[in-house]
Amino acid sequence: MTPHHDIVLVGGGGAGLRAAIAIAETNPRLNIAVVSKVYPMRSHTVSAEGGAAGAIAPDDSLDEHAYDTISGGDWLCDQDAVEAFVVEAPQELLRLEHWGCPWSREPNGRIAVRPFGGMKKMRTWFAADKTGFHMLHTLFQTSLKYTSVIRYDEWFVTKLLVDDGKVQGVVAIELMSGKVEAITARAVILCTGGCGRVFPFTTNASIKNGDGMALAYRAGAPLKDMEFVQYHPTGLPFTGILITEAARAEGGYLINKDGYRYLQDYNLGKPQPGPVFRSMELGPRDRLSQAFMKEVEKGRTIDTPYGPVVHLDLRHLGEKLINTKLPFVRELCLKYQNIDPVKELIPVRPVVHYMMGGVHTNINGATPLEGLYAAGEVACVSINGANRLGSNSLPELLVFGARAGRAAAEHASREAPLSVAVLAQAKDEQVRLGNEFLHKSGGRERLATLREEMQKTLEQSAGIYRSGDLLTRGVDKMRELQERVLDVKLEDESRTFNTERIAAVELSFMLDVAEAIVNSALRRTESRGAHQRTDFPARDDQRYLSHSLIFRRDDGSCRVEYLPVTITRWPPGERVYGR
Amino acid sequence: MAERITLQVARYRPEEQSEVTFEEYEVPCPKEWVVLDGLNYVKDQLSGSLSYRWSCRMGICGSCGMTVNGEPKLTCATFLADYSPGPVRVEPLRNFPVIRDLVVDIGDFMRKLTSVKPWIIRKEEKPLSEGEYLQTPQEMDEYQQFSMCINCMLCYAACPIYGLDPHFIGPAAIALAQRYNLDSRDEGARERREILSDHEGIWGCTFVGECTKVCPKHVDPAGAIQRYKLDTALESLKTFFMPWGAR
Amino acid sequence: MSQSPSYTEYHPRWIRTRVSTYWWLKRWSYFAFILREVSSIFVAWFVVYLLLLVRAVSQGDSAYQQFLSWSGQPVVLVLNIVTLSFVIVHAITWFNLAPQAMVVHMRGKRVPGSLIAASNYFAWAVVSALVVWLVLE
Repeated sequence: MTPHHDIVLVGGGGAGLRAAIAIAETNPRLNIAVVSKVYPMRSHTVSAEGGAAGAIAPDDSLDEHAYDTISGGDWLCDQDAVEAFVVEAPQELLRLEHWGCPWSREPNGRIAVRPFGGMKKMRTWFAADKTGFHMLHTLFQTSLKYTSVIRYDEWFVTKLLVDDGKVQGVVAIELMSGKVEAITARAVILCTGGCGRVFPFTTNASIKNGDGMALAYRAGAPLKDMEFVQYHPTGLPFTGILITEAARAEGGYLINKDGYRYLQDYNLGKPQPGPVFRSMELGPRDRLSQAFMKEVEKGRTIDTPYGPVVHLDLRHLGEKLINTKLPFVRELCLKYQNIDPVKELIPVRPVVHYMMGGVHTNINGATPLEGLYAAGEVACVSINGANRLGSNSLPELLVFGARAGRAAAEHASREAPLSVAVLAQAKDEQVRLGNEFLHKSGGRERLATLREEMQKTLEQSAGIYRSGDLLTRGVDKMRELQERVLDVKLEDESRTFNTERIAAVELSFMLDVAEAIVNSALRRTESRGAHQRTDFPARDDQRYLSHSLIFRRDDGSCRVEYLPVTITRWPPGERVYGR
Repeated sequence: MAERITLQVARYRPEEQSEVTFEEYEVPCPKEWVVLDGLNYVKDQLSGSLSYRWSCRMGICGSCGMTVNGEPKLTCATFLADYSPGPVRVEPLRNFPVIRDLVVDIGDFMRKLTSVKPWIIRKEEKPLSEGEYLQTPQEMDEYQQFSMCINCMLCYAACPIYGLDPHFIGPAAIALAQRYNLDSRDEGARERREILSDHEGIWGCTFVGECTKVCPKHVDPAGAIQRYKLDTALESLKTFFMPWGAR
Repeated sequence: MSQSPSYTEYHPRWIRTRVSTYWWLKRWSYFAFILREVSSIFVAWFVVYLLLLVRAVSQGDSAYQQFLSWSGQPVVLVLNIVTLSFVIVHAITWFNLAPQAMVVHMRGKRVPGSLIAASNYFAWAVVSALVVWLVLE
């Protein structure tokens, strides 16, 4: 008996759980399945630290939040989506407060906000420095209330079932038993998160492999703006663990090997003793990462066994402030690098953090493929444009998770019964997963080797600074890896909790996503936001005030189209910081 | 200058074995490596069929709980160098059924978590237009510690009561129930009382205190349970002596 | 790959390890816990002993003298010494654990656990001093 639900959510993180709750509240008669490859409380939303932006301060306004977001995104954001986002963000965050989220408070009991990089006013809500953790656990525990939400914990989706141009469900492996099943539905919402693991140094967890992006890409939906990969300027060198922007927002300094606050050389303002909005250490992330690369070229960074680093100095903040506002930062440094930020300097380097690009959706989370929706980091609406501002992605999960949920609920309540043809597709997929993975014999390539080569290539060709020939080499290397992955050696023949098979499928997803990244980057011959080309250093609004859309052809190659950005009230200007 | 260290890892493949066996692997041991890095090295280079859970490797997702040299630990937060010269024995988390290698089933906890109703229960919801529920930092302090639980299950692995009686509701579930009971915005303490005051609820606990010792997030579930015992006892006395005042 | 008879396809057998009857010997903290629990038996004995003492006193001087000589016997003496040590263990563990169970607020701030434990010890010392003074008077 094939399980059938009205809506299937792939991924149980912030966006997925918010969408599930939205559907359950909009239409309690709809039957919802949350299919996640890990238990929902393990989703990567849990590791977000800094905060979530929502304009509530009396001296703040929605327009200012919108302008900061649009200019921060280097005018690649769809302004109608941003306008809707800034209105709904504070409402969603408030709704979460009503559900029990422990937002940090002012002494009078009202919600506190703090400054954050790229934002001109204080509008970032925070829950100590574990905002994502508290948001995810609040969402998860609240979702337990709704009996119409059925969870498929540790089921790994390998394919979308498409028939007649409509998405009609998914095929998934139940990790525990190894069973491959079709789960049919009238609508599918992808909430699988980003693809940081395509790069070698990343803050992302091991589960962020771009699964949903590859699923949509293979099903025929386009991926948008894949060339825009955000580096977070402060990550620990070996593990890639994020040192939150909040450390800089509270007043930390970034210094090079001479103890010099080097950001002042890069048009980011003049150094002040305290933090200043949109200036110096509170500038936008892409500019800070680029400054780091320039310091590396000048030889002013510190060398370590894990590559060049700079130092984050928190010593002048004092132990009391660090323990109240940044306890997690102190804990991370002590536990993972044996460094005490109260007394020592923290080594940091830029690490891949967020994927601005993703599955192309409209303002309601709908993809061009009927019945397929997407929300969260996996989707690209786009409100983040060419560079995301810190503390915008957590509200993005809530706003677009809810929108996609409501849109999918509406679609599902209208949809007709499903076609039987999809079940045949599921059978084929079951056979494929058996033959190509479980019963695979021979093979000479190690999974880990292929993965490392992919990561190294992406860092070199699609890193912070890119050029035409490095990107072309990247494109060729990806083609080569796609061939070699067919020859991978798999040792695990067991059905039960076979994580090697999952890792092999994840690698094939990652290779698709990596190809999309390098190909999109090669085609965009300008520099904008997080995509910086040394051979095309200027921003070109004439030709490239558009999103790149990459489609997969049947033979595995790709084609790229361009979709103009929606401009409503803010014509493109210059991104100015520090003034 | 990396030395090497031996990992003795529990293996169990249900299709081929009927018991857990141990296999030895030698892995590098630089000072930054944690046990999880060792396991990843085994899986990538030595034995691709080793199965275990991990995700964030920064102690916040709670996936990587295992028994290391007899102690329940998060393998992402346990340095290999601390066990030098080794060997390091890595086994699945105790008191849970083992599915495969180092993977255990935590379905029991998931059901218990749902049963304590871990969500805000109120008679009347405030509409969004009226803004937030006011909560001072002191009020938040009351329950903040209990909200830090990452559901890593180390406390269940350390609790001898849970080992002897799997029906015991367990430390994390009670701590999470208390997180909501003590939240000034919640009004659902009465609804949770029935399941918690059961003899397999808080009264199953004999305050061994191991749960608090192993908790990586300093949630202090033992404290949560004893406090609840005190509160509930006082509450029953009140209802006994002053039934007209009880709500 | 042969299939062991206990595995049926898609229904992997889970290993459930039985907890040994001697679980409390496996770790020092478990053993200490058992000692603490066992101490309540000795506390119960002290209560019984106290009741016997009260009864002896109420029955007059000769019954009281009989009781004292009985208490002086080696077996009873040793038992009472062992009991005293367990009662001290009981009291110390109780006071040390009390702060975890009791959260006291004074003027909006939480009283630190060490203070609660310390005040319990102090009260114990005061009451003991009072009893000693009463007995010796």
